[in-house]
Amino acid sequence: MSNDIFVVVEQLKGKISDITFEMLGKGREMADALGGKLYAVLIGSQCAGLADELGKADGVLCVADVRLANFNPTAYKHALGELVRERAPRLLMIGNTSMGMDLAAGVSALLNIPLIAYCNNLRVEEGKIVATAQIYGGKLFADAEATGDQLVVSILAGSFSADAGKATGGAPVEEIKAPLSINGGAGVRFKQLIEPEAADVDITKQDILVSVGRGIQSADNLELVEELANALGGVLSSSRPIVDNGWLPKARQVGKSGATVKPKLYFAVGISGAPEHLEGMRDAGLIIAINSDPKAPIFDVAHYGIAADLFDVVPALTEKIKEAK
Amino acid sequence: MDIVVCMKQVPDLVEELELNDEGTGLNRDYLKLVVNEFDDWALEQALLLKEQNGGTVTCLALDTPEVDTTLFTCLAKGADKAIKIEGDFVGGATSHQAAKLFAETIKTMPHDLILTGVQSVEDLDGQNAVLLATYLGIPHVSVVTGVAVNGKVATVRKEYAGGMLAEFEVDLPAVLGIQAAPQAPRYAPISKVRAMMKEKKINQVTPTDGQVDAGVRIRRLFKPESGRHAEMIEGDANAVAERVVGILKEKALVK
Ligand SMILES: Cc1cc2nc3c(=O)[nH]c(=O)nc-3n(C[C@H](O)[C@H](O)[C@H](O)COP(=O)(O)OP(=O)(O)OC[C@H]3O[C@@H](n4cnc5c(N)ncnc54)[C@H](O)[C@@H]3O)c2cc1C
Ligand SMILES: Nc1ncnc2c1ncn2[C@@H]1O[C@H](COP(=O)(O)O)[C@@H](O)[C@H]1O
Repeated sequence: MSNDIFVVVEQLKGKISDITFEMLGKGREMADALGGKLYAVLIGSQCAGLADELGKADGVLCVADVRLANFNPTAYKHALGELVRERAPRLLMIGNTSMGMDLAAGVSALLNIPLIAYCNNLRVEEGKIVATAQIYGGKLFADAEATGDQLVVSILAGSFSADAGKATGGAPVEEIKAPLSINGGAGVRFKQLIEPEAADVDITKQDILVSVGRGIQSADNLELVEELANALGGVLSSSRPIVDNGWLPKARQVGKSGATVKPKLYFAVGISGAPEHLEGMRDAGLIIAINSDPKAPIFDVAHYGIAADLFDVVPALTEKIKEAK
Repeated sequence: MDIVVCMKQVPDLVEELELNDEGTGLNRDYLKLVVNEFDDWALEQALLLKEQNGGTVTCLALDTPEVDTTLFTCLAKGADKAIKIEGDFVGGATSHQAAKLFAETIKTMPHDLILTGVQSVEDLDGQNAVLLATYLGIPHVSVVTGVAVNGKVATVRKEYAGGMLAEFEVDLPAVLGIQAAPQAPRYAPISKVRAMMKEKKINQVTPTDGQVDAGVRIRRLFKPESGRHAEMIEGDANAVAERVVGILKEKALVK
């Protein structure tokens, strides 16, 4: 085993995702602390182009094959697994994203390397890698370490600065042949990407969003929050369960699998503040949260918090805003 | 088509989470457990597939406290069988341990499709679906929001960021980590759950091999000491509303 660190590059439609740079920045720090090298692992149809943006790494390990043109959970797992088996890095960093979820647990189980998921910080302490993970919907953090020497971590988006992982110029590229185990996609075949349906309003372009979560209890009650949005001249958005229940269209969803928004004002009404929701709104200008649970994680990112029943506060607020106009 | 759904019980986040004396885990003495919400979606997807294609649905769970109610609820919703994996899980099980035990159990039963929830609030060491599939050596896709089965192939939709979907064809048997189903999880009335408790039986199994090497040690579990905690606005609804309007006016957010 080496003291090297691998960062798995995530890309979609030829564009490298921010999470990659976030990991490269932190990875650089960790490689320097451990005295190892930092490698960006690029899996795809070609190495040219993308590798030019990965200069923060000491090198790019590129597994290029036409069969890897699109993300494929099992084929990518085997391509990455083979490389990790051969090179035995100390730490493998993967985004805790839709793609990363298939890879991180996949490589962990394939090679018997411990995995710490939902990681939002990493440090080296007396030669040991300590990872901080955000669990129980963000209500608790865990400082954890591997029982062995190697470790896989999956990193929550937004944990580290993306700018710290960007550099001018590329890194030397080593091309690696895809292993036989990716044949036939290992039982999974990519068919197509499906773009989101066109929406009536674009929540990423609003100055004011009033977002509603499961605390609202039923579709009938949505009206209450919509009135607040209207009084403010803003738009109604929501957390994921509201959309999964079919109460609002998908285009209104804020978060990891919805939209990333940055309005001037974001009201979070009856939203707990799970990491997947925070990913989509933590950079809003002014965040005001209403939640009956004073310990709800939403209060850790909100500027102002109201620990009260939304059914009391929201109507009163709507009234006062109307009066103020 | 034989569908297996893995059910997991997790701490109810509505309740206060208390730490153990060492500060390395939860105090589980009075811990209230509930079904992982994504498992309910996985079960819904399984029941919809059964309605469309025929076959059976079997729910599988570790023997955690009060898991019987969870499994009888599965039966009341329309699952055909319920199986409980015996063992000492009072202190909880890691994702790797659970996946290994599920894998050992599933190997011994007919399975074309295995559905699990995409994740749970307790997956410190990773998500079950992919671990399970890898231990079984079969294909996996996680973060799935739609499944259609045709013979020995499933067409599935995986969610990416921003509402983008990727469609895959998956050879069965396979494991899918379910994020959501086409319709919200159905409800089973208590009377029906009670009837199941009288009519049906939960099968018990004891897998022989549940060992995993990939271990994680928790040094410390703690409440986040956030650098940025909200300024809390106190008072009755009117006072709170007054104050909020003041803040919004100051920032020129209401005119
Ligand atoms: C891969 C993946 C992607 C995901 N993507 C997203 C995403 O894009 N966006 C997203 O939001 N989630 C996403 N999630 C789901 C996420 O994990 C949470 O389940 C979700 O954010 C919870 O939504 P919520 O806060 O509305 O509900 P809950 O967590 O149930 O919170 C409801 C809150 O309402 C409060 N409440 C209850 N009653 C009242 C009352 N009367 N007055 C005031 N407050 C009250 C409660 O205290 C609680 O804090 C994703 C999950 C996965 C696995
Ligand atoms: N909800 C779904 N999830 C996954 N696949 C689907 C779903 N609905 C339909 N399909 C499959 O996706 C293909 C395109 O479906 P459609 O978008 O309905 O035209 C079809 O071949 C279906 O088998």
